[in-house]
Amino acid sequence: MAEVAYVPPAWRERLETRGLAPLRSTGARYWAWIGFLVLVIAWAVYQYATQLNNGLIVTGMRDRISWGVYIISFVFFIGISHAGTLLSAILRVTKARWQMSVTRMAEFITVVALMVGALFPLIDMGRVDRVLGLLQYGRWQSPLMWDIFAITTYLTGSTLYLYLPIIPDFALARDRLGPTAPRWRRVFYEVAALGWRGTPEQRKLLDRAMTTMMIVIIPVAVSVHTVVSWIFAMTLRVAFNSTVFGPFFVAGAIFSGIAAIIILMAVLRKLLHLEEWITRTQFLYLGYMLAAFTLIMAYFNLQELVVSGYKMESGQTFHFAELMTGPFAPAYIYYWIGGMVIPGLIMLYPRTRTIAGITVAAVLVLVAMWIERFLIVVPGFRVPLMAYDARNYFPTLVEWSILAGAVALFMLIISVFAKVFPIISIWEVVEHRGPEPGAPAPADVRRVRPEVRPGFAPVATAAALESEGVRP
Amino acid sequence: MGILGRRSLLRGLAVAAVGAVAAPLASSRLATASPTAAGTPGRLRRWSMVIDLRKCDGCQSIGKPPQCTEACIQGHFAPEPMEWIQVYEAPLAEQAGTQFIPTPCQHCQNAPCVNVCPVGATFATPEGTVLIDQQRCIGCRLCMEACMYDRRFFNWGSPAQPPQSLFMDYSPEHQTPAIRGTVMKCDFCPDMARAGRLPYCAQGCPRGAIYYGDLEEDLATNGSEVVKMSRFLTENNGYRLKEDLGTEPRVHYIPGHGELAGRKPTTTGRKPTEWPWQKTIGGAIPWQR
Repeated sequence: MAEVAYVPPAWRERLETRGLAPLRSTGARYWAWIGFLVLVIAWAVYQYATQLNNGLIVTGMRDRISWGVYIISFVFFIGISHAGTLLSAILRVTKARWQMSVTRMAEFITVVALMVGALFPLIDMGRVDRVLGLLQYGRWQSPLMWDIFAITTYLTGSTLYLYLPIIPDFALARDRLGPTAPRWRRVFYEVAALGWRGTPEQRKLLDRAMTTMMIVIIPVAVSVHTVVSWIFAMTLRVAFNSTVFGPFFVAGAIFSGIAAIIILMAVLRKLLHLEEWITRTQFLYLGYMLAAFTLIMAYFNLQELVVSGYKMESGQTFHFAELMTGPFAPAYIYYWIGGMVIPGLIMLYPRTRTIAGITVAAVLVLVAMWIERFLIVVPGFRVPLMAYDARNYFPTLVEWSILAGAVALFMLIISVFAKVFPIISIWEVVEHRGPEPGAPAPADVRRVRPEVRPGFAPVATAAALESEGVRP
Repeated sequence: MGILGRRSLLRGLAVAAVGAVAAPLASSRLATASPTAAGTPGRLRRWSMVIDLRKCDGCQSIGKPPQCTEACIQGHFAPEPMEWIQVYEAPLAEQAGTQFIPTPCQHCQNAPCVNVCPVGATFATPEGTVLIDQQRCIGCRLCMEACMYDRRFFNWGSPAQPPQSLFMDYSPEHQTPAIRGTVMKCDFCPDMARAGRLPYCAQGCPRGAIYYGDLEEDLATNGSEVVKMSRFLTENNGYRLKEDLGTEPRVHYIPGHGELAGRKPTTTGRKPTEWPWQKTIGGAIPWQR
């Protein structure tokens, strides 16, 4: 690794120390946080038990709005899982390097969001005891089976893709944690590192595996959110009867995924003191992407509104009236203003384009994207199919509790992961560090890193160089 | 013979018939495409329904809840609030008043619900009747999203069932006892039809507005009158609900607003549906639709 470019030993030492610090020691605040999350989850489990006891009657769902918070949250969590794919596959394919210090976090989000999201269809099932019937009697004609197939493929693939780049970091942990580390950690890193020594042969293998996964995972991710949209678009309901749902959902997924990774970056950067490696640049570039996606989302929404709104089929008239002037108007207006206009403006003005500003934009977007899924599901179901009065849907305490429990479970798994896996892809940050301005450049720098462009020069180094007295 | 005896007998026959015919094809839509392969000798019934809206006044004239719905609820022990055949009051064009539309499951031949079911719990029999196997249904409710006629009902809570239902042999053709967390709907009473009886709703209709029959034989009856179905529909401008969706329903309508029952379209409203059997047993917790 060191032959790539000159890496100041002090900088590298700091990176490895910081990267491995969460693995070494755990404070009381961490345990308090874990305890809090466990409480929230326990409460949700209790509420789920009442649902198992009494049936789905404890929810606000009924025949005419037969899906609610559970399916909304399913789509939402599967959506934010696209963070990892974007950062570690799409950006890697385009040879961007600035995201190296946050790819690991993004991959965490992917794996954990998929695990949590996949729970929701189970929670929503009337007869969860018959879930194995899906294996026994599963029919490929059903969009639900496509979902199961796509999501399990994606979860398997992204777990693999999470694991591959950790191997060298596991080896680092194995070599650096020392004999004072708890026994389970030493055994775990020993086993998990798979005997990684960084030999050229191993590096070639890893490189090949990662390249393969990086390319394979992109179509899988696209297919996942496409088929998730198809559980709606494959029906004749007027609000779902759209050919644009697939790409619309994929765009929304990446949009919310960017917001999720920005928020996680902001939190972990503060908590684990990663300011040196997660700088304004990562926020800025992800913020630009967020801004780009506000436009893409606005485009998709306008496409739906204009094409359907011009013709105004009878059910569509009701649907749009409900959204724009009816009971959903406040949420709908928030979705446009809070989800698209304000985040776009935050990125437009240099004064608000700060880490704090970008994080605020991400929070607005993440909330807006949950609301967007609500606005797809509930008003879509509300359009009367026959001569009856449109029904209302109010989620109950059970549903809100289970949603809170799922969010807590998401945070809990991330928190545990952060203590077991190095939260920064240390070896990749080292590897893709730019050539030092003042350092003697090895002859093969251009061959090894031909993709480095001035605009995308590795950013992790700026602060480090300053602290070393070198002017970047 | 008490109600239990007769039903059990019918159900016994039905189970045998379903077992022989439907089991190997339970989850396969292809089955409907090749009925002769089903092992049923001779011609295959294609159960259908014609509802003459000219005769339907929503039971306004007798001052009772719609009797088709009541008979169905009584016969199937349908839990409140399920109206497997529901009498909608729909506005006529230009505010000319309303019409009553008794709406059972439409038994679509291109049924969206059958298409989306992940486990084949909703299936079409070789006869073209769409049934639900509540012992297989996983309660995902994808079919409820797919049905464009609002004809599917979920057991959100524990459905109230009379004690005798526990002794009944379950069959998708007669969905008793109801099971929590599963979907139900009109089953078109094929077991009754095989035994030579009309469905409960057709029996219950005091005006004879509901004709039930076999498209294969092109005959239908409301119990007192037999019609040649194709001619009856053609001569009276028969239509199907939401025909443009391409779902190919097996339930046909003859346009009207109860004029043959002496109803004026401007006389609106009907008595709300009741679940009298459910009041006879304790502890039932109904829900709203």
